[in-house]
Amino acid sequence: MIRPIFTPLQRILHWVTAVCVLAMLFIGVGMVSTVMPKYLTLVSIHKPLGIAILVLVLIRLAVRLLRGAPPLPADLPESLKLAAHLSHYLLYVLLIAMPLIGWGMLSAAAYPVRLYPGFYLPAILPQSDRLHTILWNAHYFLAFAFFALILLHIAAAFFHLLVRKDGVFETMASVSGSPSK
Amino acid sequence: MPQSKPAAASATRSLILIALLVGAAAAAFAYTAGWLSPARLTPNRMVDAFTPPGGPPLGHRRNHAKGICFTGVFESNGAGTELSRAQIFARGEYPALGRLNLGTPDANAADASVRVRGMGLQISAPDGEKWRSAMINAPVFAVSTPQAFYQLLLASKSKAPNAMPTFVAAHPEFGGFAAWAKNGPWTGSYAEERFNSLDSFIFEDSKGTSHAVRWSLVPAAQPVPVPPEELATRGPDFLEQEITRRVQGGPVRWTLIVTAANPGDPTADPTRPWPPDRRTIEVGTLIARQIEAERDGPCRDINFDPTVLPAGIKTSDDPFPAARSSVYAKSYDLRTAEAADYPRAVIGGAP
Repeated sequence: MIRPIFTPLQRILHWVTAVCVLAMLFIGVGMVSTVMPKYLTLVSIHKPLGIAILVLVLIRLAVRLLRGAPPLPADLPESLKLAAHLSHYLLYVLLIAMPLIGWGMLSAAAYPVRLYPGFYLPAILPQSDRLHTILWNAHYFLAFAFFALILLHIAAAFFHLLVRKDGVFETMASVSGSPSK
Repeated sequence: MPQSKPAAASATRSLILIALLVGAAAAAFAYTAGWLSPARLTPNRMVDAFTPPGGPPLGHRRNHAKGICFTGVFESNGAGTELSRAQIFARGEYPALGRLNLGTPDANAADASVRVRGMGLQISAPDGEKWRSAMINAPVFAVSTPQAFYQLLLASKSKAPNAMPTFVAAHPEFGGFAAWAKNGPWTGSYAEERFNSLDSFIFEDSKGTSHAVRWSLVPAAQPVPVPPEELATRGPDFLEQEITRRVQGGPVRWTLIVTAANPGDPTADPTRPWPPDRRTIEVGTLIARQIEAERDGPCRDINFDPTVLPAGIKTSDDPFPAARSSVYAKSYDLRTAEAADYPRAVIGGAP
């Protein structure tokens, strides 16, 4: 039987996002735990990379809505199907929310939102210590939730590849342009 | 679905492999976050080291906790364009927002009890860029590295009788600052203080050439030395009361003087002054026109992070601006979350 897989554009977008988001999370926890000069380097990557991820995920969402996704295997238990769908909704929510929360948090603290020297984003919120605190906490705790969700995503992907051997892993990991046999 | 024994064993092996993979990723994350490195100097540890015995100054900056806001302008004379293409150096007037402060973690410290006085400053350019800096009145910084600064904080808090002598012996570079702290003049006004960047930065001119610089705000008012014993008789808030009265009587000015390094001058170590013959350029005048209490003032929720710089100014190999940026951010996150402990007096005041 021929199983449909994600389109090449979707696969490219997925893997670019994957690399960016993992880098982002490591840079995030790394930068807030150092006082060394690399702090500034990491912050200067974190901000433009966050905005890049936001742009990337919006493109990805549009492509997903246009092209859809291959169906999950018919024999996958309903509970796992539900978990798969929920976790993917959550991933999309976090991919969109985290950059916006970060941008809003910097805005509420009256920091210039600099992507690179001389190029700034406008503030999306007024200066406010209350908003800053809410958004800072959200950014911090959601980052760990995001990483945990990604670990779950990776574990599930390998579960499909190694244990169930049901072709779900290959829908995103195939290198070829054509559906796998 | 019934599984054969080899298939079940293979599935178990696969699950163990997956668990190892996820565990390794989690461990790498924990390592990056510093959870496995108790000795790593983090912003949290530096902020904790400032905490006085009575607890942190809730709602306030973790250091330089006592301060007062001012607003005014920076009048640029255009001379700075030779060294930096930042718009702020083009001839003109730019809004300035600042905070005169005391280098103490006690928000209620008596003004005469604090040796280090500081100024946080933000100058805004029409193109939206901001130049923030935080300067102090000492002519040199106390230590050469953020790690040594952390050791200094621990030693100065330590109850061990030999903690400070041991620190001083291990850090001869502390001598310059210590000599100033002991013998330097005290004044009766923020307006008579010279505020120094101490840290080195890089100015980039319009041709792309880099210039290592430090800068100072030199007071227009003539400094009048006053013995600290006499200052102690003037009341706990005399500096704030004095600057308020003085600015009510007319604007208070400082000249911004940029000093350019010669090749080979030490930029990475703020304890090492540059030779006095280095070229200096007067680039403009800071004019304070209004004083406001910090509680409801415009400087309260500004983080005077010295790495908020316009295009045309960059950090150098001096390690302090990065360390200050990371620690100031932590202090900012803490104090803005503690706003209820430092309530605003004006309902509907600045958020």
